[in-house]
Amino acid sequence: MRRVRSVVIFAVALLLTSCAGAGESTGGETGAGADAAPGVTDDSVVIGTHQPLTGPAAPGYSRISVAAKAMYDYINDNGGINGRRIDYRVEDDGYNPTRTVEVVKKLVLQDEVFAVVGGLGTPTHSKVVRYLNQQGVPDLLVSSGASQWDDPENSPMTFGFQVDYEREGKIQGKYIRDHLGGRKVGLMYQNDDVGRDAQAGLDRFIKADVVSRQGYDPANTDVLPQLSALKDSGAEVVVCSCVPAFTALTILTAARLGYRPRFVVSSIGADPVTLTGLLRDFARRGGAEVSAAALLDGLIGTGYLPDVASDDPWVALFRQVHDRYIPNEPFTNTVAFGLAQAYTFAQALKLAGRDLTRGKLVDALESGKITGPGVTPFAFSAGSHAGYTGAFVFQVNPDTTTRQLQGPMVTDRGSGAVRPAPAHRSTPADIALVGT
Amino acid sequence: MSLLTRHLLLALLALAAVVTLSVVVDPFTNVRIATVGYYLVAVAGLTLLTGTNGQISLGHGAFMFIGAYTVALLVIHVPAFPFWLDLLLAALAAGLAGALTGAAAARLHGPYLAGATLALAVGLPAVTQRFPDALGGSNGLAFIVHSLPAGLDVPETRWQAWVVWAAALLALVLLANVTRGRFGRMLRAVRDDEISAALAGVHIGRTKILAFLLSATCGGLAGGLQAFLLGTAAPGSFTLALSLSLLAAMVLGGVGSLWGAFWGALALVYVQAGAEELTHGLDLGTDVAQHLPLAVFGVVLIVVVLVLPRGIHGTVARLVTTSRKKEHHEKSP
Repeated sequence: MRRVRSVVIFAVALLLTSCAGAGESTGGETGAGADAAPGVTDDSVVIGTHQPLTGPAAPGYSRISVAAKAMYDYINDNGGINGRRIDYRVEDDGYNPTRTVEVVKKLVLQDEVFAVVGGLGTPTHSKVVRYLNQQGVPDLLVSSGASQWDDPENSPMTFGFQVDYEREGKIQGKYIRDHLGGRKVGLMYQNDDVGRDAQAGLDRFIKADVVSRQGYDPANTDVLPQLSALKDSGAEVVVCSCVPAFTALTILTAARLGYRPRFVVSSIGADPVTLTGLLRDFARRGGAEVSAAALLDGLIGTGYLPDVASDDPWVALFRQVHDRYIPNEPFTNTVAFGLAQAYTFAQALKLAGRDLTRGKLVDALESGKITGPGVTPFAFSAGSHAGYTGAFVFQVNPDTTTRQLQGPMVTDRGSGAVRPAPAHRSTPADIALVGT
Repeated sequence: MSLLTRHLLLALLALAAVVTLSVVVDPFTNVRIATVGYYLVAVAGLTLLTGTNGQISLGHGAFMFIGAYTVALLVIHVPAFPFWLDLLLAALAAGLAGALTGAAAARLHGPYLAGATLALAVGLPAVTQRFPDALGGSNGLAFIVHSLPAGLDVPETRWQAWVVWAAALLALVLLANVTRGRFGRMLRAVRDDEISAALAGVHIGRTKILAFLLSATCGGLAGGLQAFLLGTAAPGSFTLALSLSLLAAMVLGGVGSLWGAFWGALALVYVQAGAEELTHGLDLGTDVAQHLPLAVFGVVLIVVVLVLPRGIHGTVARLVTTSRKKEHHEKSP
């Protein structure tokens, strides 16, 4: 018996000493080298993404990968990039972080993708950033405005795409101070990175004017308490840092309370076409008919991609691709997002050259030569992996079209000034991505 | 040979089979194998509670939630703990929560018990919203678990599959021994007739609480293993649908048997994956695609319950018994 016990104690001691702590880094983490090029053959390159094709974020967002696929089809039909076809694999994660990890492992281990492009969502994508960087997989153009993607030191393979919430908050804050100055401001925000970063930006300009701050939890669709508090505070301007569903809920709930502040909405939740659909849908479920146009009239929003209703040369290209490959999809700003993102990736792939490696793809992005369809330049350089650096301000007309109130402005995430974006933008003809 | 030795030997054989399998398949299939492993623990725990003790729980996802967050917080805040200690503590934390739930549940029956556990599944993940700084709000927590022993040169996913299955089989050995022994008889006695069990000297409340404790411990271990495998803990992963899927998997496999839990876990991973692939292959609208995988799983469940009312395992067991009887019959005319 004594012997048994000493054996057990010995075994436990051995276990305790032989294992490093679960949370301790053992060093030597970054895996594959920059010369690696899995997923690349003579005539094709495999890329992957995780998207919410089902689940709470699917309404609206599930169309992004459909649009991206159309752009890749267009590129492939025109000879591909550097003689290679782009093989785009879409995995559905249902906006569930556990499944994001599973499907990204599937993309990396089974499909052996060359890069992950446009992974969607902050709660989802934040769970795979370390894994992708550890495996040395380029993790490009993340579909979220969180500032955490811009961390070249710890996440050298990760690059953002959208304007981040803090830059956008600064531009909104300055606009409100300059044009709606002196009015009481209320904030309505998603209780995560979106709200935290947006407030950091807004507070640089209108901290003193803010009379109420109300956060919402995306799992709870009742925003009546928040709107009542905003109404009671007497806020005349309400800044909504919300995803589309919650922009719609906020507007409807305010209408129910007879509260009509001026709404200022972030780019993630300000697409008038998407909002019109959501407003009708939510009101019908509540047993009411509403005029979405009347509710949206006068709403102020920010954006960083050309509006699909404008006569921008990029929109002309997008419409051409849309009409040819996905004519049955409504042509919304969300569809334009998918098209623009795919185009931007293809441009980086072209810059990386025919002799393709993962290291060269990252270098191409850091070169700063990517100019893309957005209205402002990207921040991409060796020292910054942030996406678009600014946004324009628009207002919704009575017929749900939009007009620009303030041209594109750019800024940084610190105390830098908000200044007009460079006037020159490349057109699709300048870039000449495919054919010649 | 004692029961424990026999179960341990069987578990070792099973582990050897998993290790062999993990070597021949690709790294991603190893992730799937490990996924089956942790679902197996959760479903096995549930089958002990429902099949053997007759209590229902619609909230086992909540215990997985506790296990996953325990591992997450330990990895982040107490990095010096080895991973197996984290897993052990995850199981213990969920066990404690299970005992508390059990204390309340012991007074409830049928739909009331279902309702109480349902509230747990819906309510508990919302705790992350109350403490966004500690628990990461709706974003949850992300971390990397270092577990590969220095000097062992195997792909990480393969090693993870081994760890998950070793832990799962250990839990199964424990459950198998418990259900075969004196305590198992007490559990069944309480399930079949509380009054006669009480007259026979079984303490009803205590037995029910212990059953809940054991079952929740398994749930917590499963959640801990999931966090260990995927390096994430987020409220969006512990929805009501998860709790209901566990229950469905248990019914599908065969209520009350550990083999049934295995079939259920296998179906949970592969039927779901197959249905999703089918759905996306068909290019349906979002509204249809949203719900088709669950509907397929539901249809499979209905068919199994109608055609094989004792679940997959019940049917397999009967086939084996029949063929054995036949053999016996032929040998001794």
